[in-house]
Amino acid sequence: MIVRLVLCFLLMLGFSASLLAIDSEPAFTDPALQARYDRLTEEIRCLQCQNQPIADSNAGIAADLRLKVKELIAAGKTDQEILDYVVARYGDFVLYRPPFAPRTWLLWGGPFLFLIIGLLVAVSVIFKKSRLVDDEDELEVEETG
Amino acid sequence: MLRYLVPVAVFAVLVGFFFRGLYLKPSEIPSPFVGKAAPSFELPRLHDPEQRLSNADMQGSVSLLNVWATWCFACRQEHPVLNEIAESGVVPIFGLNLKDQRPLALRWLEQLGDPYAATGFDGDGKVALDWGVYGAPETFLVDADGTVLYKHIAPITQDVWQQELLPRIQAAQSRQ
Repeated sequence: MIVRLVLCFLLMLGFSASLLAIDSEPAFTDPALQARYDRLTEEIRCLQCQNQPIADSNAGIAADLRLKVKELIAAGKTDQEILDYVVARYGDFVLYRPPFAPRTWLLWGGPFLFLIIGLLVAVSVIFKKSRLVDDEDELEVEETG
Repeated sequence: MLRYLVPVAVFAVLVGFFFRGLYLKPSEIPSPFVGKAAPSFELPRLHDPEQRLSNADMQGSVSLLNVWATWCFACRQEHPVLNEIAESGVVPIFGLNLKDQRPLALRWLEQLGDPYAATGFDGDGKVALDWGVYGAPETFLVDADGTVLYKHIAPITQDVWQQELLPRIQAAQSRQ
């Protein structure tokens, strides 16, 4: 029991360390710049650990990219220029919201495509069922009549 | 009839997608530099910080740029293959030593052999960032005129060398 408690405690220590490990202090003192920094680092994917934005990844590349974003903001670059900078080096995949281009039509349009297919199926089913009910009504009418 | 065929068809399409998915490698992201000029760089050399390594050193022949580090476990696995490639003399390999410590990197080359025509020391990883490197090992195939022809992510194995790199290198060399 005591061993388990100690193990649990050690595990918790591990988690707290990893939570604190992302940059110990904010990148900017100016809240407006910090807000841009926060938004951009949430927007850029860490390619080493692909389901994390660079904002909360411990990977070396994420730390390097955070530093780069900070430098570029400090150098007066616009958000679009900064995103273009990373895309030029790492490709569209580095963005959580890739641009709408022929290659990504299916990606962006897919959900709507499936919605339309679902609607068509639903309409056809409802249409068929409603005709079935009519038939039964007619039958009933015939029977009672 | 249709009401049985439709689900079967949908299932077949799904199986097709999943089967394709089995062989995709989402961790290997294609480089936007393929077909374009390699990013320009200049680094101090690993062996002699006074000397520089830059794009100019790689011009004139088809070459490989191999990103490696002593902290990179897979690089150790890759190293014997690099040694063999260097011995074969098919293509010069340039090294980019990523975020490493000089003494460790030098000792690594002493112990495992040095397959590199020259190695640049990228201590802060700035050049690697410019090249879109997001891990090690990564290897770029660069044409004689400095165009990036191909990028391989993960260690080079004999299979990778025979099937992915060598044919491209030979094709590029025959164009010259």
